[in-house]
Amino acid sequence: MSTAFKESIHSAVNNANLTGALGRFSEAYRIGRAKAYEGIDFEELRTRIAEVKGSAAAHLDELAAIFTKNAEARGAKVFRSADPQAVNEYILNLAQQNGVKRVVKSKSMASEEIHLNRRLEEAGMTVSETDLGEWIVQLAGERPSHMVMPAIHMTKEQVAEIFSKEVEERLAADIPALVKLARKELRTKFLNAEMGISGANIAVAETGSIVIVTNEGNARLVTTLPKTHVAIVGVEKLVAHFADILPILTALPRSATAQLLTSYVSILTGPSPNPDGSLKNLHIVLMDNHRGDMSRDPAFREALQCIRCASCLNVCPVFRLVGGHVFGKTYTGGIGTILTAWFDELKKSEEIQGLCIQCGNCVDVCPGKVPIPDMILELRRRLAKRQGQSLKEKAAFGIVNNRRLFHAMLRAASTMQKPFAKDGFIRHLPMFLSGLCEFRSLPAVAEEPFRDRFRKIRQTVSKEPSKEKVAFYAGCLIDFAYPETGEAVVKVLNKAGLEVVFPDEQTCCGAPARFSGAYEVAAGNATANIDALLREDVAYVVSACPTCTVALKHDFTKTFVSLGMTGSVARAAALAAKVIDFSTLAKKLVDEGRLTLVESNHLARITYHDSCHLKKTLRADREPRDILGKAGYELTEMFESDICCGMGGSYSLKLPEISAPILQRKLTNIKNTGVDIVATDCPGCAMQIRGGFDKDGAAVEVRHTAELIADHLEKVR
Amino acid sequence: MSPLFDTFKTRAEAVSAEVHRFGTRNEALDFILAFLRAEGVADARESRAVWVAGSLLDGVDRERLAEQIPGLTFQVTQDAAEASKVGISQIEWAIADTGTLVTDAAPVERRLASALPVIHVAVVPTGAIQPDMPAALARIHPSQSGYISMITGPSRTADIERVLTIGVHGPSRLVIVFVDELGGNR
Repeated sequence: MSTAFKESIHSAVNNANLTGALGRFSEAYRIGRAKAYEGIDFEELRTRIAEVKGSAAAHLDELAAIFTKNAEARGAKVFRSADPQAVNEYILNLAQQNGVKRVVKSKSMASEEIHLNRRLEEAGMTVSETDLGEWIVQLAGERPSHMVMPAIHMTKEQVAEIFSKEVEERLAADIPALVKLARKELRTKFLNAEMGISGANIAVAETGSIVIVTNEGNARLVTTLPKTHVAIVGVEKLVAHFADILPILTALPRSATAQLLTSYVSILTGPSPNPDGSLKNLHIVLMDNHRGDMSRDPAFREALQCIRCASCLNVCPVFRLVGGHVFGKTYTGGIGTILTAWFDELKKSEEIQGLCIQCGNCVDVCPGKVPIPDMILELRRRLAKRQGQSLKEKAAFGIVNNRRLFHAMLRAASTMQKPFAKDGFIRHLPMFLSGLCEFRSLPAVAEEPFRDRFRKIRQTVSKEPSKEKVAFYAGCLIDFAYPETGEAVVKVLNKAGLEVVFPDEQTCCGAPARFSGAYEVAAGNATANIDALLREDVAYVVSACPTCTVALKHDFTKTFVSLGMTGSVARAAALAAKVIDFSTLAKKLVDEGRLTLVESNHLARITYHDSCHLKKTLRADREPRDILGKAGYELTEMFESDICCGMGGSYSLKLPEISAPILQRKLTNIKNTGVDIVATDCPGCAMQIRGGFDKDGAAVEVRHTAELIADHLEKVR
Repeated sequence: MSPLFDTFKTRAEAVSAEVHRFGTRNEALDFILAFLRAEGVADARESRAVWVAGSLLDGVDRERLAEQIPGLTFQVTQDAAEASKVGISQIEWAIADTGTLVTDAAPVERRLASALPVIHVAVVPTGAIQPDMPAALARIHPSQSGYISMITGPSRTADIERVLTIGVHGPSRLVIVFVDELGGNR
């Protein structure tokens, strides 16, 4: 990452106004959004949106042609172009032909994408943004920092300062007064403008209509008062039928601003009368700017299902720390990273794609069902492929695969304490174990890896030995740092009458390689693990690391598909069918009556941290809570239990300035429960949170669910 | 006794609209005239009122109304609307579950009266309330109107420090007057 990028992150996370405003907003948003969706089946709704928009994305040309025909039949002029410059020139010519000197604009991201304002201003026109936030940002000479709330990074004092300059009068930082001033100033501009430029939230092919959603009422004035109206519409806004606007209008206000409906929704079809009785000069620009290319790329077509609600920004644990400006372009946040890679160029996303911690929060709330984290990984893969891997990286991944050598190196690093210089070789290991972190202590690497300790475990299968065996997949952290977690798993499964085997050929799950875009390495890991884990006939392959579980269950297949290794997919599926995370298996064994958790009196009070992969991908948030509750642990839920702890594998090494404040929030939320044990199912989260408390000094213990269950079985024996 | 109205009122008030309901046209007219007086409507810039005639005014002597309320005009031009504190228009449909008004706003007077003044008074037949947006959009379609407007509460913003502020570019008050006697557009 470049110094400039690191500096922009540094200044963002240290901007208390920004992080304060975004932090408070993200908390309020979560509550408001849930309330707005009361009584609505969100899954059903977003399935409809994904169908409507997905089908439109697959037929962009066709829909654009139908839209053009229908809109023109109603008297609008439609201009369609793939080229941003051609769009700018078309609008400029139109303005010049109509003697336009003053332009008022309601919100249009598409116009920002192509820098239209600059083009018109260079030609001597005055262009005024009229959305309050956009106007503030325009006066400040900045870029919007959020798609829906462009000026969220500014305080009222800063706004007062900016407005004071504009009207040459000292203004107080009083929000209602500032809004009133904006109304007055902009009203004059509305009344005098010869051209109004708007965006559109939806374009309906069947009727040739555009739908514009606003709260301030500026779009109504932009489309009513000036004699010429230009609507700039990205082609992905097209839908086939008028009825298709319903699911979008149901989701957009709820997801964007937690409203049931925005103050104004305007559906424009052809020109309507101007105030003087003449007919509006209505031009609709259908802009492509690489959207067609996206629609032809199966890995990215679904990005066109985005309805620009910005909910992916609002729930992102990283966005709420850094805000929009570090993204450097028109579109920000998760979806912005993807759009920038296409609308600008792949290279432009090189740094910002690294901001994604892959927690999957956005996937849960996206009304267009856009798999944002997967797409960001795909960008990472394409960037890595284009640039090639460094020799150091290649060597590092090689070592990861040599388990005993890797352990020995880590052990040496751990015992010698910082034996490798920060810029040295080990920094390039895609391994969180090797990192030198200032904000969290590292775990001691176990003297003996789990793979060697396993051989010494005397498995006591208490019931009639069942024929079923379970293969245990340890993953790096349990193997090398937390072997006691592995021993707890064996203990619990033995108690349920299952014998545990440890296929010695198992290696790294490949998640670090995959998350770094090194898919060939990840595929090598996948193949080695599939061979190792399918060798013996077992009922289950269990892992006590959710990230590894996701790799084994989902990512092996995805990696093979990405690389076109279709021949390997069947074996990956065979393995996936057997893979299960510890808590889900334990819960299943309890339900089947094979594992008995006698509720002992009040074991301890705990709180529970949901690991991202367990909750968002494996959908197991009830299971650990159920078994811990059955065992007699008393659960006190923490605030935001399912928000990322900031670990994200090597993320915490690459972007410690972001990882640290995310961890800090987690530590605070845990401490606020007043409980001194936090349970989690992820050894990565455990490492992050333990390291944090170690530095912090608070006496909070972090335990894996398997260990707490094993403790319970000890006590009731 | 009318669950649709009750739902509408709850939802609309939740977004800061003011909701009134009258049985007869005369009661509604009296209310509006009293409202205009109370708001100090007068023949002075920014104190005028514009009224886009609808069925509420059928058979009503408008000249007399204009005499009663100096500053009130039924000639809704851009200048008149811009000089007005209050804009009155009749709305054809409402949506209960979001507290929304739906109107064919292709006639520009309707847009001017509902967008430029500080207060928008919307006259709605009580019988025109639909349960939800699909029901409303089954009654008005782009093939019939080139400019369909949906209005939910007054104009609002939260662009400065996320503080909800009412009245940016549109009206800061939306006063909805339901009239049972006007029937509906079901």
